[in-house]
Order: sequence, then structure tokens, then C-alpha cells
Amino acid sequence: MAAGSQPVTRSLAALAAALVLAVTLGTLAAVAWRAEGFAGVGPAARDALWFTLWQAVVSASLSVVLAVPVARALARRRFRGRGAVITLMGAPFILPTIVAVLGLVAVFGRSGVVNVALRALGLPEVSPYGPQGVILAHVFFNLPLAVRLVLQGWLSIPAERFRLAASLGMEAGAVQRALEWPMLRSVLPGAWLLIFALCLTSFAVALALGGGPGATTVELAIYQAFRFDYDLGAASVLGLVQFALAGVAAALAWGLARPAVFAGGLGGVVRRWDGGGWLRLQDATVIALAALFLLAPLLAVGLRGITGLAEMPATVWWAALRSLLVALASAALCLALALPMALAARRGLWVQLVGVLPIAASPLVIGTGLFILSYRWVRPDEIALAVTALVNAVLALPFALAALVPATREMRAGSGRLADSLGMSGWPRMRLVTLPALRRPIGFALGLAAALSMGDLGVIALFADGDTATLPLQLYRLMASYRIDQAAGAALLLLALSLGLFWGFDRGGRANAGA
Amino acid sequence: MLALEGLRLTQGSFTLTADWALPPGARAAVIGPSGAGKSTLLMGIAGFVEPAAGRVLWDGAEISALPPGARPVSVLFQEENLFGHLSVARNTGLGLRPDLRLSAEELQRVEAALDRVGLGGKGGRLPRELSGGQRSRVALARVLLRARPVLLLDEPFAALGPALKREMLALVEEIAGESRATVLMVTHDPADARAFAGQTVVVADGQAAPPVETGPLLDDPPEALRAYLG
Repeated sequence: MAAGSQPVTRSLAALAAALVLAVTLGTLAAVAWRAEGFAGVGPAARDALWFTLWQAVVSASLSVVLAVPVARALARRRFRGRGAVITLMGAPFILPTIVAVLGLVAVFGRSGVVNVALRALGLPEVSPYGPQGVILAHVFFNLPLAVRLVLQGWLSIPAERFRLAASLGMEAGAVQRALEWPMLRSVLPGAWLLIFALCLTSFAVALALGGGPGATTVELAIYQAFRFDYDLGAASVLGLVQFALAGVAAALAWGLARPAVFAGGLGGVVRRWDGGGWLRLQDATVIALAALFLLAPLLAVGLRGITGLAEMPATVWWAALRSLLVALASAALCLALALPMALAARRGLWVQLVGVLPIAASPLVIGTGLFILSYRWVRPDEIALAVTALVNAVLALPFALAALVPATREMRAGSGRLADSLGMSGWPRMRLVTLPALRRPIGFALGLAAALSMGDLGVIALFADGDTATLPLQLYRLMASYRIDQAAGAALLLLALSLGLFWGFDRGGRANAGA
Repeated sequence: MLALEGLRLTQGSFTLTADWALPPGARAAVIGPSGAGKSTLLMGIAGFVEPAAGRVLWDGAEISALPPGARPVSVLFQEENLFGHLSVARNTGLGLRPDLRLSAEELQRVEAALDRVGLGGKGGRLPRELSGGQRSRVALARVLLRARPVLLLDEPFAALGPALKREMLALVEEIAGESRATVLMVTHDPADARAFAGQTVVVADGQAAPPVETGPLLDDPPEALRAYLG
């Protein structure tokens, strides 16, 4: 008999999978049961569906098109600070949505620098609210992701081909046709689809910047039906629509784009022989503009937040403490789900299937389902924090698995085989071999899950009342009541906590790692 | 006695058959072209490749249903024979107890085994602080403590220089001789086979041939081996 995973691991993995299925499909079943047919789909729901689709198309297209020149510039230029720019491109993934939204309002809002400049030039003002605001925020979050995906494509073109092109005397245009277009044709559809899927399930952005008939996403419509009209039937119908939308998009995107999202190593520079002169200027301009677009909102939050920190009411600090506890609980639960699943995944098909489900699941649908299942027995605000931790853990699971599964596979071939040959098993094996071998991906997964949970503004909005708000929700409330300085202070605190959690766990996983 | 009874190992479209036995204390070299299945044969005996047909027996009892750690076998792999994050002493102690709950007496045995392979006093080091030869010695100290009647060497010393490799083989000979262990050793070097192993198993064309006397075999190699030896 060849060595297999331990029976305890397998039972834990089955338990974890059952929990994930219950949270994703179980809540969907509750929603479907409550939906009472599609007869109740009114014009508002159709508007929401229409807006969700077209804003996702526009957001994805803009992100991808703008990403191409930025990625090309980063691929062919070596300059001081290039590493920092690439790190910046990775930051929005763990950046709390509501912080970025506040930053965009600070820059593009009525009194922001952009409108001050426009007024000075006598040009019409822009507004960060409404459809264009939603799209602006989506581009802010997804342009960096698109840049990373496209940059990976560029770096995957073998250096020898560029050398060959140079030896044949090919100019920039010819290199583009022969080498770069074919790469873009294979990379862009996957990137577009992934971003399209992400924009379909956007809630916090639409909540803060959208709303009204012309700018309500399906997720936001679920929230409104639930929270304002208390119409569980309508919320449930919308929930089914949302699941179908996100399910299809996520399945397509996961298959096409996943390998590229998680592959590391963007450190290399393509050595190029074409593209001197004015192309150099063009690349520098493009990189500077992209960095400015990403940094300005964060700087605006930082500058206003420092003054705001002192004026923050005590409720913000309590909310921060609650968020911290929720984030830690969520990270621990996420690891408790992901670790046995990754270890039990010898061939990994069922783990991949169960692990991908949360990508298709919408937090608002899960929240609605959990509410339907629980409201007869408990008050929603009593379980708001526990539900938030649970839902966040499940939603972070695909990312935790993406980090853990390759590492467990590697371990199985190396130290796992050695441990088998020595007859190591059970807890001693876990303590002596498995945990040390997986230290880095475990640290990364914990950091990611904690940061995502810390910044999450989704299911908590359905369940919380005044006394159980998390920091992102409290921040949204401050923002909605136009206490912008206090909101900026809370945003700075939230940003520091999110990045701090990620950095701390990730660092902990790297420190003193064995050879 | 280690016996392979109508053993067939498959990996994808690759198949290897073996049907022979080795007496206790025998030392056999496993030789043949790359990709012929030398490692597969050892991994089949060690329990990392499940037999598609046939059985592996030790002293008449079937061992092919046992997990690797429960077989009467110690293995040294090509690489990764030590846990990089565990000290030399703990790596060695795994040969006594896989859960490392070592008594004072067992700790003394670990120290003695390290002394024996020339690493006395180095128990607190991490593997990365040792040279390649020293790392091999740690693995051999563990083999000494594990004291299993079959020792499989899947080219663990391939990365060492010729002098160091001879030193290691001498140490293996000493350790195996004491416990009268049956040794199967994969090698690319006919000189190793002559020096170390009385018998040789030729692996070629999907078959691990029954062991034969090493000297006469190498003096007059069969067709399949001649092409490989050149």
C-alpha cells in the first residue's frame, strides 16, 4: 500500500467540505425556497441586472485596455522603484474597499483636487457618485490586477525570442506584431473575464457610490430589498439571479485566469533592444500616471486621516476591536477549513470543486440565506459578528487553498515521503513535519484571510445594528453622514490594521523558516 | 530473505516486472540505463509504488500491504533524506521513535550513533550547517538506529565526490555488515558495483533480472547491459 493521508485528516476535510457546501449551496437552497417563483421580478430588478452587466463590461474593458501600456512599460524598463510600483499593483487585493472609495471621493469629489483644477480651468466638474463613480472605483481596484496579469504574459515570452528579433533588426512595431500580439490574445480574454466576474459581485462600491435607479447592482438591490423593504421574497429572487450570474462568470474566469493570478515572480525585466527615444518618455509617463491614480486616493485618506484620528468617537475604536476579533477568528477558521482540505487532496478534484464554490457565491446571498434559516430563533444582531467571521472564512477559502495545495503537493514528494519511510503519523507528524513545511503558505493564507475579513463590508451590513458594527461598516456610516474627517481617520486605522494583519502573519510564516 | 513474487509495478504506461529473491545479508547493486526503472523497483519494495500484480515478501510474510514506515525497510533517497528544520540529533532520533518522544536512554543511543558516524558533538546543528558528506552521515546514523533488515539506497551519494562516496559506501558496509542487513543499491558506476556488491540486478527493457554474481556479469555483460556500459 502506498502512503495515504491520515484518516483523521480525511474526516476533518469532509467536515470542512460539508460546512462550505452548507454555507454556499445550503443558503442558496434556503433563498430559493423563499423566492416563490420569478413572478415578482419587477422593473427595479431588471434595471439592477442591466446595470450590473453593463458596468461590469465597461469596468473590465477599461481596466484591461489601460493595463496594456502600463504592463508593457513595466516589462521593458528597469528603474529605481520598479519593485515598489509592482508591490503597489498587488496592494488593492488586500486594501479595504471602503477605504479606497473614501480616497476616490476625496480626490474626485466636489472639493477634491481634480474638481478644484477643473473649476480653475473653467471646465465642467466630475462626480465620483453614480454609474461613473462605480466604474471609476472598479477600475481603481482592477487595473492593478490586470497589469499584473498582463505583465506576467510579457515576462513569459522567452528572452531568446526578443534577442532573435533584435538580431533580425526588427523594429518595435514588428516585435509587437510577431511577439506581443499573440501573447496579448492569449492573456487578455482571461484577465477580462476575471475582472468582469469580480465586478459582477461588487457590493461595497455600489453601496457607497451607486444607488438610485441608474446605479444599483444586483447585490445592492438584495441589500435594499432586505434592509429597507424587508421583502425576503424579492431579496431571494435577486439572490438567485446573482448566483447564476456570478456562477457562470466565476467558473469561466477561474478556469482561464487562475494560474496567472497566483504565480509569483514579477521581478524580472525583459531585456529589450527596440524602443528607445520617445518610447522611453511614453513608458515613463504611463507608469507615473498609473502610480498617481493608485496613490493619490490613498495619500488623500492618509493626509485627512491624521487629523481625523484625534476626533474619532469611541464607537470607532470599539468597532475596530470587534473587527480585529472577527478578522482573527475568520483567519483561524479559514485555516482550519483549508488545511485538512489541502492535505486530503491527493488528486484534488473534489477539493478544487468545493474550494471554487465560494468564488461564485455572493456574500449577500449567503447572508440572506443565513437570515432566512436563523431569524425565527435568534435576533440577527446577536449573531452578526459570528456570521461575518464564518462567511469571511468561507469566502477567503479559495485563496487559502490556492496557496496551500501546491505547497502540500511539493511536501508530499519531498519531506512527506521521508516521513512515510520513517513511519511518522498523527499529531507528531503534523507538528514535526507538516506544519514546519507549510509554514510560509500558512502564514500567507492567514494574513490574506485576516486582511480580507478586516476590510470586508458585505454580510455585516445585513445583520448589524448600532452596537455590532465592524470598522468598515462604522466607516461607511461616518461617510454617509458626511463626517469626512472622522471617516478618514477611521479609514487610516482600518488601512493600518488590514495591512498590519497581512504583513504580520506573512512575516511570521517567513521568519526562521528552515532550509 | 527478501522475495519478489511475480511483482509488476506500473507507472503510467511504464511497466517493470521482477521475480526473484535475495538471501539475508546479501548486497546487490541495481544497474541499468536511466529511465529503465531502477528507482521504481526500490520504491516498490519500500512501499511508495503499489504493485499492480504480485507480492513483496520478507521471511515468507507478505509486506506489500504495509505502509512504508511499517515495512522492515530503511530507505535513503536521492535527496531530501533529512528534515531541514530539525536538528541533527532530532533527525537521527526519528530512527528510534517517529514521534521523537525520546527517553534519556534513547537520547544516549542517538549520541552514540552520531559518535559512530564521526559526528559526535554535532547533534545540535541544523542540516544546512553541515557539508554534503556530513549530511549523508546523519542519514546513516539514523539507519543504524532504525535497524531494519533491508536497506535500500537510491543513489543517496550521487552528489558526493568519488573519495567521499567510497567513504560512505565503506560506512554502509560496516553498518549493514553488523546487522546482516540485505542491501539493494542503485548505481551508475560499475566500479561501485564491483567494490561493494557481490551480486547485481540488471534493470532493462521493463524487467529487473534475477541477481547474478557481479564480477562475471561485468566481465562478460549481456546485450542490454553492454549498450549501457559502452
